[in-house]
Amino acid sequence: MPSSVIEITVNGSEEEFIAKPGTTLLSALRDTLGLTAAKRGCGVGTCGTCTCHVDGEAVMSCLVPVETINGSDVKTLEGTTPPEGLSPLQQSFLDNFATQCGFCTPGMIMAAEALLAQNPSPTREDVVTAISGNVCRCTGYESIIEAILAVGK
Amino acid sequence: MSAPTTEAGGFDVVGKPVQRLDAMGHVTGRTQYFEDYNPAGMLHLKMHRSERHHANLVEVDTSEAEKVKGVVKVLTYKDVPKNWYTILTLINVGYPEEVVLAEKKVLWMGEPIVAVVATSERAALEGAAAVKVTYEDLEPIFDVEEAIKPDAFPLKPHGTNYFEYEGHHCRRVRLGDVEQGFAEADHIFEFKYQSRPIEQAPTETTGCIVEPQHNGRLKIYSDTQACFFTLDNTALILDVPFGKLQVVGGTVGGGFGGKVDVTVEPISCIAAMQTGKPVKYVYDRYEEMQISSPRAAERIYIKDGVMNDGRIIARQCTLYADAGAYSRHSPYAATKAAAHMPGPYTIPNVHIDSWCVYTNRTPSSAMRGFGVTIGDFALETQMDRIARELDMDPLALRLINAYRDGDMKAHHKVAEGTALIEVIQKAADLVGHELPGELRALSSREGR
Amino acid sequence: MAILRGRGYAAVNYPTGMNLGGDPTQALVHATTTGNFVVSLSSVDLGQGLKTVAAQVAAETLGLPYENIIVDTADTDTGPHCMGTFASRGTHRVGNAVIMAAQEAREAMLEAAAEELEVDAADLETDGTGFIKLKGSEEKKIHVVDLALAAHFKLGRTIAGRGIFLKERSYPEPETGKMDPDSAQAHACTVAEVTVDDETGVVEVLHMYNVYEVGRAINPAMARQQIEGGAWMGVSHALYETTEPYYPVREHGPRDFEEYLMPGPADNAQMTSEIIEFPAANGPYGAKGIGEMTANAPIPAIANAIYDACGVRLTEMPFTPESILRGLDELRARA
Repeated sequence: MPSSVIEITVNGSEEEFIAKPGTTLLSALRDTLGLTAAKRGCGVGTCGTCTCHVDGEAVMSCLVPVETINGSDVKTLEGTTPPEGLSPLQQSFLDNFATQCGFCTPGMIMAAEALLAQNPSPTREDVVTAISGNVCRCTGYESIIEAILAVGK
Repeated sequence: MSAPTTEAGGFDVVGKPVQRLDAMGHVTGRTQYFEDYNPAGMLHLKMHRSERHHANLVEVDTSEAEKVKGVVKVLTYKDVPKNWYTILTLINVGYPEEVVLAEKKVLWMGEPIVAVVATSERAALEGAAAVKVTYEDLEPIFDVEEAIKPDAFPLKPHGTNYFEYEGHHCRRVRLGDVEQGFAEADHIFEFKYQSRPIEQAPTETTGCIVEPQHNGRLKIYSDTQACFFTLDNTALILDVPFGKLQVVGGTVGGGFGGKVDVTVEPISCIAAMQTGKPVKYVYDRYEEMQISSPRAAERIYIKDGVMNDGRIIARQCTLYADAGAYSRHSPYAATKAAAHMPGPYTIPNVHIDSWCVYTNRTPSSAMRGFGVTIGDFALETQMDRIARELDMDPLALRLINAYRDGDMKAHHKVAEGTALIEVIQKAADLVGHELPGELRALSSREGR
Repeated sequence: MAILRGRGYAAVNYPTGMNLGGDPTQALVHATTTGNFVVSLSSVDLGQGLKTVAAQVAAETLGLPYENIIVDTADTDTGPHCMGTFASRGTHRVGNAVIMAAQEAREAMLEAAAEELEVDAADLETDGTGFIKLKGSEEKKIHVVDLALAAHFKLGRTIAGRGIFLKERSYPEPETGKMDPDSAQAHACTVAEVTVDDETGVVEVLHMYNVYEVGRAINPAMARQQIEGGAWMGVSHALYETTEPYYPVREHGPRDFEEYLMPGPADNAQMTSEIIEFPAANGPYGAKGIGEMTANAPIPAIANAIYDACGVRLTEMPFTPESILRGLDELRARA
C-alpha cells in the first residue's frame, strides 16, 4: 500500500503530511507534528493516556489510523490550553491536587473536556463513565472526579 | 481531611499544602517525559525473547532478521562486553548471575536473546520476529519449596536455587528462644499465606533513548527511578569509564518500584555505540506486564505461641520470596522482610527465616512496600485470626502487643518514635469502636 | 442470598529508608544573580512530589518564599549523587541533604547581607517574604534580589551551599540478624468496611478509614495523595491484581489494562483520612517516609472485613469472587 497525503486541522492549524499506511493518529501527533501532550501508555486502546478529540468526540488516538480521518478537526491538550493561564478544568485539576505523576493527566482532561462540551452539568455517574477508559495508577481517581465535577455547573 | 494533629509547628512553607511544582506542566501536557524527546534519525530497538521457561539454546539463527528491510543491526550476547552482571554489585551484594542477552540457556519465558535495531519500530518488530531459535527443553521449576529441595536441579552456575547470606540459606533473625516460648504458650496458631506476582503497572512504560554526543559520550534519557544506579551498572556492563555516560531523567510517569532495575539502558547504549545513532528502546504494554519484574509472589508461614490474655510470647515466620530467574533486588528485600518481621509488636521470642528463592519465571524485583506488603497481609490476617480464636477485640489484641519506645525489636534494635498505639486509638475513634479505659490510656512513650 | 456487611482492621509500621550499602543523597543550593535559589539534585520524582518537597524544605530553611526556589533534577552531570527513589527514602534523604545545603547557603546569604548592610550577620533574620532584615528594625533591610545582585557584581561573594545525608551501612549479623537497616518507622491503621455478595462472591469496599503517623507531613495535600492513592492500590491488590492468575502455573498472564484487572473510577470507596504527627528526631523537619506503606494495611483490613462479613478466611491474594464462593461452599459443607 502506498503512503497517503493527510490533511487534518490540528488545534486550529491546517496540517498536511505524508503518512505510511497504518500510521496512528497518536504517532502522527507525536512523531510527525511534535505534539507530545498525548501519551503512549499502552498502544492498544486500554489506558486512555492518548485521548484526543476528533470532530469533538473523545477518541483513543493510538487506535485511529490517521488515513481514516482525513479532513477531520483534531484537538489535543495543547489546543485546549489558553495562551496565558489555564482553562477552568486545568485550574480545577490544580486546585484539587488531581495530578501525581501526570502521565494520565492529558488524556483525563481531554476525556473530561469532551464530556463537559456535551454535558455542562454532569453527574458523578456521567463523570465516572466519561473517564472509565482512562487508567490512573497514582490517585485512586477520587481527586480527578472531584476536579471535573467542580467545573460542572 | 482535617489538618494534621501535630506536636509543634510554626513553619512558613513546611506543613502547608502549597501547589505541586510539577502540576502546571502536567495539566498543560508540557511536562517532558523521556519519550517526548524525538531526535532526528532515531533507531528503534526490539527484543527477540525466549518462548520457553527453561531450555538450552541449540541454535540462534539471525540471518532472516538481518534481511528485513529497515533492520540495521542485530545484537547477540557476543556484542555485550560484560554480559554477566547483578544489579547490587555496586554495594557488594551478590555476584554476576544474570545475563544481558542469553548465551547458552534461557531461564524464563521472555528472557531476552537477540536485540534487533531498525529504522522504524515496525521493522524492529518484524526483525525480532524473524529470529529463529532452536530450543532443547529442560524441566522448569515453578514452586519455591520445590526449588530449594536438595535434589532440585540448580538453575544457575553458582549452584543453589536460593541466595546465600553469609553461609546461611536465608536471612535469619533470632531473638530469645522460640521453642521455649511455644512450650510455655497457652495456644499455638500456625497458618500459611500466599500471594501471586503483582505488576507495578505505571501508565508510562519502562524505556530509554540513548543519543551519542559530539564529545564521544552517550546521553541516556531514561525513566529510571535511580539515575546513578543506571549509570554505574550500565558502565560496568559496557566496560567503559563511568564518565562516558550521562543519565538525564527525574520526571517519571509512575514507578512504584518497576523502574529500579537496569534492563533497557545497557543494550540501547551498545546499539547507539555500534550505529552512531540515537536509539530508543521502550517496553510495550505487554512487556511492562509480563517482562518487567513484578512484585514477588510470597509464601509465608507464621507460627505463634499466645497466652490466654492475648500476649504473643513466641513467633516463628518462614518467608519464601519467589525471585524468579535472577536476583535483581530480591536479596535485599528478603533482608528487609526479615527486619520487618514479626511486625510492630513486642514479642520476646522470635525466629525468622527469610528466603530469596530462584524459579523459572520472570525475575521479580522492587515494588512499593518491597519485602513488606505481603508480610503485612500475613501478619495482620494472623492477628485477626488470633483475636477471633481467643474471642478478643482485634484492636485490643494489637494494643496489648504493640511495640513502644525503648522496646527491643527482633533484629536487636531499640525502638524509637513508635506510634502504633496512637494510630489504632485514632482509628477506633473514627469508626466509633469503643476501647476500655486502660487501652485508651496506653502511650507509645511509656515503657511496658 | 444476601449482601453481607463486615468491618476489618489492620495496623502496620513501615521503615523509612533501607540501608543498602551506605545510603547517601547529596544536594547543592546556589543563588542566581537575581535572587532565585536553585536546588540541584539527581533525584527522581515519580509523581510522589519529591521536587515539591525539596522546594518546600529549601524555602523553609533559607527563610525565603516557595516561589523563589527552582528545583533542577535529574542530570548526572549537573546534579550531585542520589541513590534513587525507592524504600520511602526520598523525602527523608533528599530533605535532609537540602536542609544542610540550604543552611550553608543561608549563612552565606546572611554574611553577604551583613557586609552590605554594615551590621553583624548574627543580628539578621529573614522575614519569609524575600527580605533579610536587622532583628527589631523595619528600616535596615535588603531584598534578596538586591542582595544577590550585590553579591555577584559588587561583593564578589558566592551564596551557595552543599548538603549530604548518609545513612551508614549496617552489616546484618549472620547468626542473629542484628542490624540497623532503617532511619525511622511510620505507622498506619486502616479500617475497611465491605459488603460481600454471597451469590456472586463480589466484594465491594464501601469505606476506608486511614490513620497515618508520618513524623511530619511536609505537604499535607500531597500526603493525602499518597494515603488515598495508596489505599486505592491496596484495594486493587486485595481484590484484583496479579500477572499470574493461576500461579504457580504461568499461563493466562494479562497483557494489557483490559486483562490486568484493577478497580475503575466507578468502584471508589469512600475515604476518611487522618494524619498524626510525631516528628522524627532525624527527619527533615521531623518527616518520615510515607510513599510505599499506603497500600499495605488495606489488604489485610479487607481480608479481615470479608471474614467479618461472611466467615470466609482468605489466605491467598487476590481475594477473587471464585475464592470467596469456594470458601462459602466449604463453610456450608462443614455446617
